[in-house]
Amino acid sequence: MAEGVKPRVKVPKKASAGETITIKTLISHQMESGQRKDDDGNVIPRSIINRFVVDFNGENVIDVQMEPAISTNPFFEFEATVPESGDFKFTWYDDDGSVYEETQTVTVG
Amino acid sequence: MELNRRKMLVLGTAGAAVTAFGALPAFASATEDAIAEFTGGADVGEGGVELTAPEIAENGNTVPIEVSAPGAVAISIFADGNPTPPVATFKFGPLAASQFASTRIRLAGTQNVIAVAEMEDGSFKQASANVKVTIGGCGG
Amino acid sequence: MTKTTVTGGRLIIAAAASAFALAAYAGPDEDELVVNEDIEMVTKTDAPDHVDAFDTIYSGWRFRSDETQALQADDFDNPAMLWVEQAAEVWNTAAGSEEKSCSSCHNDVDSMAGVKAVYPKWNEDAGEVRTLEMQINDCRENRMGAEPWKYTGGDMTNMVALLASVSRGMPVNVAIDGPAQSTWEQGKEIYYTRYGQLELSCANCHEDNYGNMIRADHLSQGQINGFPTYRLKNTKLNAVHARFKGCIRDTRAHTFSPGSPEFVALELYVASRGNGLSVEGPSVRN
Repeated sequence: MAEGVKPRVKVPKKASAGETITIKTLISHQMESGQRKDDDGNVIPRSIINRFVVDFNGENVIDVQMEPAISTNPFFEFEATVPESGDFKFTWYDDDGSVYEETQTVTVG
Repeated sequence: MELNRRKMLVLGTAGAAVTAFGALPAFASATEDAIAEFTGGADVGEGGVELTAPEIAENGNTVPIEVSAPGAVAISIFADGNPTPPVATFKFGPLAASQFASTRIRLAGTQNVIAVAEMEDGSFKQASANVKVTIGGCGG
Repeated sequence: MTKTTVTGGRLIIAAAASAFALAAYAGPDEDELVVNEDIEMVTKTDAPDHVDAFDTIYSGWRFRSDETQALQADDFDNPAMLWVEQAAEVWNTAAGSEEKSCSSCHNDVDSMAGVKAVYPKWNEDAGEVRTLEMQINDCRENRMGAEPWKYTGGDMTNMVALLASVSRGMPVNVAIDGPAQSTWEQGKEIYYTRYGQLELSCANCHEDNYGNMIRADHLSQGQINGFPTYRLKNTKLNAVHARFKGCIRDTRAHTFSPGSPEFVALELYVASRGNGLSVEGPSVRN
């Protein structure tokens, strides 16, 4: 696992049924592009998060294929519909095989 | 206005001299290939896609962009001056409340950012924005 | 000139197009900063009496593009907060032979509100002006029995950012008189001394030419109320002495070392030029 990777998500804790909510996510990651060289002139191998998926109660909200052109500490903002109470599941997939997960519960009342 | 070299430099860096400095995309064919891979070679129309990007990016490391294409199933972003043009592809699931997304991207220099949306009927639409990337200075 | 109140969120982007029409003007803008729709930041105010060069002082935030400004308006959008969160964990983690954490003595980090605003500060027992970094390492070595942190290392800069974050919105108010005065005078001397092959003093850029372009970038007044600062250039938190080192290096000079008496004096002097601006750290800059 890449070192110091820490996800953050911003999701409202409460919503009304069918409401549109804005979600923001940020994850600490170098996103090494594979384009840079080290001090000796050797190419630093690509090491990025290549996919980001958000589901709510098992149904998909957004599925992002990420390339090296995504900035360090990848940030996403998007909108989701909340039909009922449940859990948002956020999953980031690293080139090195690591998977970072975060869950956030939303209560519909 | 008399344009001496100094004034030209200031204008150029401030992005006021847009037409004079409108550079050709360096990797146009690679971008076309990448877009064709996304569209399967289908024709790409205009309209229906909104791409918001700064006219001038203070730093190419972190350029905020927003895309919106109501009714799209997917939106793919390309940067035609980057070593590899593809940036990201957003696929919207049943619980996406809108076909909108915002992120921060890297631009290797002044170039066009292109958003191509795949609509529900299988057609493709695109929008593009030229972003001038300022390089140099001390950052303070 | 358009005036935008930047409070985070998407309305900023909508305002960007109009503001960019003014991009050829390199001076401070009239935008106002409210962080988390809560903390009202003073980013423009009357210069303190001891600053002769100008009547009004501006935070470096005023010189940045709307997009960069927006990154600082919301803690979620501000990447620096990733490291502030790491420091918050360290705050509560025991270290060293005494098995004490920062919180063992200082309780909740919120109790440190106002501390960053008055540093660098005279320390009577030590008989010297101390920066926050020096004080943190004093705690680590003498109270915790732990190894000192590298002056501008990640652990240190994160902790300074955490301490700055709980003082945000409070006015910078460093003391320049009494026992601190000689150090302040030394810092002033350094500020006006031309260094390097380019023979540039701090004042040549940040006093004589703020608001002008330096290559493709805007020159600010060089205020340090926003440090530590997350720079888009290197996508990490930057300590103020690392910034000083970078500036002096850019004049093609041998620089002083981070933590050196010269940089401590310079930090006190430069901080004092921002007395009255809000503590903004961790800020976001280019």
